[in-house]
Amino acid sequence: MPFSTLSKLKNRLDAGETSAVELARIYLDRVAAHNDALNAFVHIDADYILAQAEASDAHRSAHGARALEGLPIAVKDIFCTQNGPTQCCSNILKGFHAPYDAHVITRLKEAGAVLFGKTNMDEFAMGSSNETSAFGPCRNPWNSDCIPGGSSGGSAAAVAAALAPAALGTDTGGSIRQPAALTGITGLKPTYGRVSRRGIIAFASSLDQAGSMTRTVRDTAMLCEAIAGHDAGDATSVADAPATDWLAACDKTDMLGLKIGRPKEYFVDGMDASVRATVEAALAECEKLGAEIVDISLPHTEYAVAAYYVIAPSEASANLSRYDGVRFGHRCDNPDDLLDMYTRSRDEGFGSEVKRRILTGSFALSSGYYDAYYKKAQQVRTLIRQDFLDAFEKVDVIATPTSPIPAFKIGEKTDDPLTMYLSDIFTIAVNLAGLPGLSQPCGFVDGEGGELPVGLQWIAPAWREDALLSAAAAYEGATDWTKKTPVGFDLAGGAA
Amino acid sequence: MSWETVIGLEVHVQINTKTKAFCGCSTEFGADPNSQTCPVCLGMPGQLPVLNMEAARKSVLTGLAINGTINLESKFDRKNYFYPDLPKGYQITQFPVPIVELGHLDIPVGDGEKRIGITRIHMEEDAGKSMHEGLDGVSHIDLNRSGVPLMEIVSEPDMRNADEAIAYLKQLHQLILFLGVSGANMEKGQFRCDANVSVHQPGTPLGTRSELKNMNSFRFIKQAIDYEVNRQIELIEDGGEVAQETRLYDSVKGETRPMRSKEEAHDYRYFPEPDLPPLRISQQEVEAIKAGMPELPGQLRARFESEFGLSSYDADVLTQTRELAGWYESLVAAHPADPKRCANWLANELLGRLKEMETDVADSPVSAHKLAGLLDRIADNTISGKSAKDVLDAMMASGDDADAIIEAKGLKQVSDSGAIDEMILKVMADNPQQLEQFRAGKDKLMGFFVGQVMKASRGQANPAMVNQRLKELLKA
Repeated sequence: MPFSTLSKLKNRLDAGETSAVELARIYLDRVAAHNDALNAFVHIDADYILAQAEASDAHRSAHGARALEGLPIAVKDIFCTQNGPTQCCSNILKGFHAPYDAHVITRLKEAGAVLFGKTNMDEFAMGSSNETSAFGPCRNPWNSDCIPGGSSGGSAAAVAAALAPAALGTDTGGSIRQPAALTGITGLKPTYGRVSRRGIIAFASSLDQAGSMTRTVRDTAMLCEAIAGHDAGDATSVADAPATDWLAACDKTDMLGLKIGRPKEYFVDGMDASVRATVEAALAECEKLGAEIVDISLPHTEYAVAAYYVIAPSEASANLSRYDGVRFGHRCDNPDDLLDMYTRSRDEGFGSEVKRRILTGSFALSSGYYDAYYKKAQQVRTLIRQDFLDAFEKVDVIATPTSPIPAFKIGEKTDDPLTMYLSDIFTIAVNLAGLPGLSQPCGFVDGEGGELPVGLQWIAPAWREDALLSAAAAYEGATDWTKKTPVGFDLAGGAA
Repeated sequence: MSWETVIGLEVHVQINTKTKAFCGCSTEFGADPNSQTCPVCLGMPGQLPVLNMEAARKSVLTGLAINGTINLESKFDRKNYFYPDLPKGYQITQFPVPIVELGHLDIPVGDGEKRIGITRIHMEEDAGKSMHEGLDGVSHIDLNRSGVPLMEIVSEPDMRNADEAIAYLKQLHQLILFLGVSGANMEKGQFRCDANVSVHQPGTPLGTRSELKNMNSFRFIKQAIDYEVNRQIELIEDGGEVAQETRLYDSVKGETRPMRSKEEAHDYRYFPEPDLPPLRISQQEVEAIKAGMPELPGQLRARFESEFGLSSYDADVLTQTRELAGWYESLVAAHPADPKRCANWLANELLGRLKEMETDVADSPVSAHKLAGLLDRIADNTISGKSAKDVLDAMMASGDDADAIIEAKGLKQVSDSGAIDEMILKVMADNPQQLEQFRAGKDKLMGFFVGQVMKASRGQANPAMVNQRLKELLKA
């Protein structure tokens, strides 16, 4: 049961075979048993979780079940919640309690979900390995010497090890898809504007988008359906977005007539050969399901990482200015004067990767450099968006590897930020173009200390999450990758 | 050496929306510190701005009133700097694409007019207030003003002396009040001006400018500009160079002095605000805003001159504020027979008395309707103009009707021709010598007889009738 899907848990709840309280206890036991090894959760309040579960069971018996009634959902420490701390895994927000819920948290509550703790992440979502967290690194359930990916590493590890059946993450340059790939789960970043960003601590406002991290495609559809929709409190959430029938899209079992683009820029020398072979095999499977694989080109792909690492830090440099020691968060002791308070509070509160990005962004925006960096990067962004528009004239969806490499060892790349940045090479362009992207497991490669999961990324035109879900559901139905579980996590709660 | 002064002005106008620019907090002035704040205007994590469209509409209205070009798509940007009363560490403003561009305002200069170009009007949010005085080494921050919508109205460097600058500001101030887009109260900081001032010799390139801040009245603005112009000229004539810097005006010492360089060494790192999509306004919305445009001071002046036959001076005086012009129109409506008399009594008598009371028509103890009642009594010869002034004094003091006061004081004018004739005949009988001289051709004595009759009536005889009847009876 712990490795059960959200859909099955929902069915069991609806059938009266279990209760929200029982589920909460099972997963709390699993967190107690395994979180020390994984460090997936940075905050979990059993009393609050059980109280929500009891309220959910009461609601079910009094009024019937809502969409996610009684289902435990873990959320990344970037989502503001009225209950418990919201710290973005940063020392500068240590002890911060938001007096409000993020819009998506409100949506989860309205759907009857049980908010199940805060998960580990890279500080302010800046990282690809979860190693920049102020609460220490999170570990990959498939190999505890390895990173789970990032920045939503805690959510990924929690779902992969079944410490929670599903989780929310955020994705600015791949922060849902890359850790989903590296931990063998399914993650969806919706179209920019599909999900409200209000109450989600901002990293890069024009790129950030919340999404789902689950065991299966259908689970992802369930969770995204619950959080998606217009919010008048977020001017970038789109009011007249085309609707998606999330669950119906998951009924697809074949790919007849589907044209899948295979961009040559995403199958290149320098990427891990076994990862490449695994993804190629997945595409061959798609052909068997009736799809036509079309070779395409996204010619500006090679500039995506550079453009991203100008735009995202630029926006972040302003977004993080509010952490100044004045109103909330960390303030240094005994400042000499205002400048000393600013510099020491921020120096003590931010970790080195966050500082690096604030500096990079401030530099890119500064007078005399703006045109060469920020403006140029925005021009590249336009070209990348156009690449995709051109490609979708020829194909329905695009399939690529999610990450060029499987999970790497903790500490292996921490001294080499540029190499670290390249682990997002296949996910970043999707954010720059504002498109929906989904990663699902498509096989395993041999790594040190055992097998490591590989992710297949699907990219669709804006607002076509249904196309992603249909392709992914058909592939998932034809393969067994989601049924594979990491070893060592089947003890506590397993009896339920 | 002859010097030419070049002045450009940046005016920040607080837009009088009920709620702030990007959140639902009240903009009411004078509330308890930090009582009108929410997570958005406090810059809390994850909070997002949503534009108050009313602020945009009022900016468009202002843009139309200065004959500006309305950008149907304008953009928001972030202006980055750290200050404790700026919660987000950046101000949301409009940089490359403001909501209004290229307008102008015609100002009176001498007997003519001068056109002052307006480069742009952009929308932005206000910061909070820091308080340092008398707090024993700590500072307090009040964020009630944080996020209040502003329009920044930037002029071309078209003004050549402080008087032109003041004329422009007064014209703009009046326009803003007429449009009803701001309280424009300078003491409350709702209308704030920064001045860019430089001097050069005509025919040579423009001089280096300094930016003057901290001037919260027209008088101080004039003093600051005059001081700065002299300072720059003396500096250059002594072989020095003007530095491009921000200078604060000290109204106590009457001088400008540079801000500490640390405070102004800013690179604001402007970039597009990713939390707000471009502000789009349709041509139809602009037309609707235009259709709702109130009558502007210039139009009102012209109408007062043509419709009511007022002199341009009176028309100007009575259109200083929308309230005053409205008051005048109410007065004319209640006393339609003589708009000029209405203008004289309002401009010369009532306004003077209100000024002494340090108030204005909005709080006048005498309403337009009551003043019309007084003017009616002058028109029907119940009282003379002279005694009407006394009646107005009494009305100002008590708020009573003119009729009640005339009655109570027994000021009713004698216009009964029989009674007047009787008085005249008595005066003639009492002064036979003068009558003889008058009839012999000494016309000057007319004044003597008028005076005697008025005296006999204790000032209540209708002077026009006295004159008329005297002429007839004396010659008989």
